Amino acid sequence: MNGMFGQFRGTLFAALLALIFTIAAPSILEFFTIITLTQVIGLSILALSLALIWGYGGILCFGQTAFFGLGAYSYAIAAVNIGGSTGAMFIAVAVAAAFAAVLGYFAFYGKISDVYLAVITLTVSLIMYSLIRRTSGPEYKIGDALLGGFNGTGAPPLNVPGNAGAVLFPEHTFYVAMVALILLYVFCGWLVNTHFGRVCVSIRENEIRAELLGYDTRAYKLGIFTVGAAVAAIGGIFFCIGVTRVTPDVFSLGQASLTIIWVIVGGRGTLAGPVLAAFGLYYLTASLGTQQVVNTSLVLGIILIAFVLLAPRGVVPGIEKLATARRAGRRNRAKERRMRLRKPRGGISEDRHETG
Amino acid sequence: MDLTLSLILQIFYVIANLALISLGLAIIFGMMRVINLAHGEFLMLGGYTVVVATNNGVNLWFAMLVLAPVVVGAIGVVVERLLIRWLYGRMIDTLLATWGLSLFFIGIITTIFGASTSTTISPPLGVVSIGEYTSSGYEMLLIGITAGLLVAVYLVLKYTALGLVARGTMQNPDMAAALGVSTSRIYMITFGLGAAISGFAGGLLAPVTGVLPTIGAIYIAKAFITVISGGASILAGTASASILLGGINGVVTFLTGPTLGEVALLAAAIILLRFMPTGITGRLFRKSQ
Repeated sequence: MNGMFGQFRGTLFAALLALIFTIAAPSILEFFTIITLTQVIGLSILALSLALIWGYGGILCFGQTAFFGLGAYSYAIAAVNIGGSTGAMFIAVAVAAAFAAVLGYFAFYGKISDVYLAVITLTVSLIMYSLIRRTSGPEYKIGDALLGGFNGTGAPPLNVPGNAGAVLFPEHTFYVAMVALILLYVFCGWLVNTHFGRVCVSIRENEIRAELLGYDTRAYKLGIFTVGAAVAAIGGIFFCIGVTRVTPDVFSLGQASLTIIWVIVGGRGTLAGPVLAAFGLYYLTASLGTQQVVNTSLVLGIILIAFVLLAPRGVVPGIEKLATARRAGRRNRAKERRMRLRKPRGGISEDRHETG
Repeated sequence: MDLTLSLILQIFYVIANLALISLGLAIIFGMMRVINLAHGEFLMLGGYTVVVATNNGVNLWFAMLVLAPVVVGAIGVVVERLLIRWLYGRMIDTLLATWGLSLFFIGIITTIFGASTSTTISPPLGVVSIGEYTSSGYEMLLIGITAGLLVAVYLVLKYTALGLVARGTMQNPDMAAALGVSTSRIYMITFGLGAAISGFAGGLLAPVTGVLPTIGAIYIAKAFITVISGGASILAGTASASILLGGINGVVTFLTGPTLGEVALLAAAIILLRFMPTGITGRLFRKSQ
């Protein structure tokens, strides 16, 4: 219990740092950066969702973008039809979670292997990509919302709940997105420390053993998969609000690869790592996009191969390991010093005993 | 009558197309139980080989039938030696490394040739007419080549020394190694062969689809689904999954248009895997190659 709270305290500490950043950001950053940040926050929530289901649930989902994109499209379509953002957000999350539950039912209750699951989820995302690209033309519409094919469809901005006319300013949207990221981060940190979360981790470590202990591993996997999809959908909502549009690219192979790279670089088994990697790599690819010498895909490919071959644990677990090794080293040295101090004293007392 | 014939031919073409783009992937999967996520890029490299060669005055048939498989096969061997062999036994890392490789190839080709290509090759052989309907002669040739390729792979696996050793390694790599087979060399050869067949397929499809650095993405979804629905046996798996999924895709495309064809293919595969989680050949035709 103590250890669990210790881990969760780390999560709360990181959340506090993020909160300070949120309050400080508008006064230190430029207005344009704040607008871009909203979409990066959406992407980092996507990273968080994969960190949860892959890093803790051990579910190899290569197509987390399917739920991200589904959330974004559902939000845009629902918001246009309802004429307000609040209800649309709930609908978007529900659609993505329901879709994940159905897909997960077939995958987990069929007991398909990791590799198959990875490939199936990726394929789902890619087929959604080609499906939604073909929906240009006035006949493809849901309610009042045109799907728009290749060009995508407009995503309405956030408004004050209950008042569709009161649209939020970009700074306020940034606040809402950042608070959502922090809350989701704390939620995921809490979830992995609950009984449910720990069973999921045990399934990641050894599924057969968890099953033999009496847990229905299929249900647990389906549960965390669905929660992950809901989180990804929230990421999709903020991403499309940040961009003000949603295009088929949310489902693309490039987006799917980026999501995997965030988690690999940030590290499996942490929540903060992939989130930070999403921010870091966004600025890396944005700065690579402005020059013509090195291709972005090339750099990302090299990063992915290098991490798999050389640092399969990722950056944050690597640092954590280093830190614990140093702490252990310091503890050992301190212990040695204590031993050295105690030894002569012990020797003296023994001498006395013998002489006495 | 003509309509039926034309429709049957169309469905045959969809099936052959699936088998053609999946066979190279199936060979690598059957051997190593790993999905090569750079498969689409092997197809893409085959296409580029053909386009570059024909632009430099090489005969189209020679470029498609000889050059594309040789070049991509060589790339496959290099990739296996430099990257894949460090990752045997680490299945998930192999998936991720091949994904990195896929991005790497897309990046390299974009850097060299640009994001789009100016030249395209038109499919040779013109059109064939069936009553009042017409069909492309090249599509019919592709059906024939795919059938020939499947037969060739069968003969190699069944009747050559290499095929015997490869089958042995597939069944039980430790036992094969104990009997003196260099499994590392077998893996290298099969990876190279899988890459060569992928390059061959990419080269053959280049006149139909054109080439782009990112064209791999349009093939891989279908190829992955076909291979995992087929299961571990290379030939029976590819053939049975291609016939089933290609048939469904063809019929749905005929009835509702291409938009839903792929969705039907995917839905059929997901439902199939619910009942046969190791693919068709995990349950049926287990003794097949």
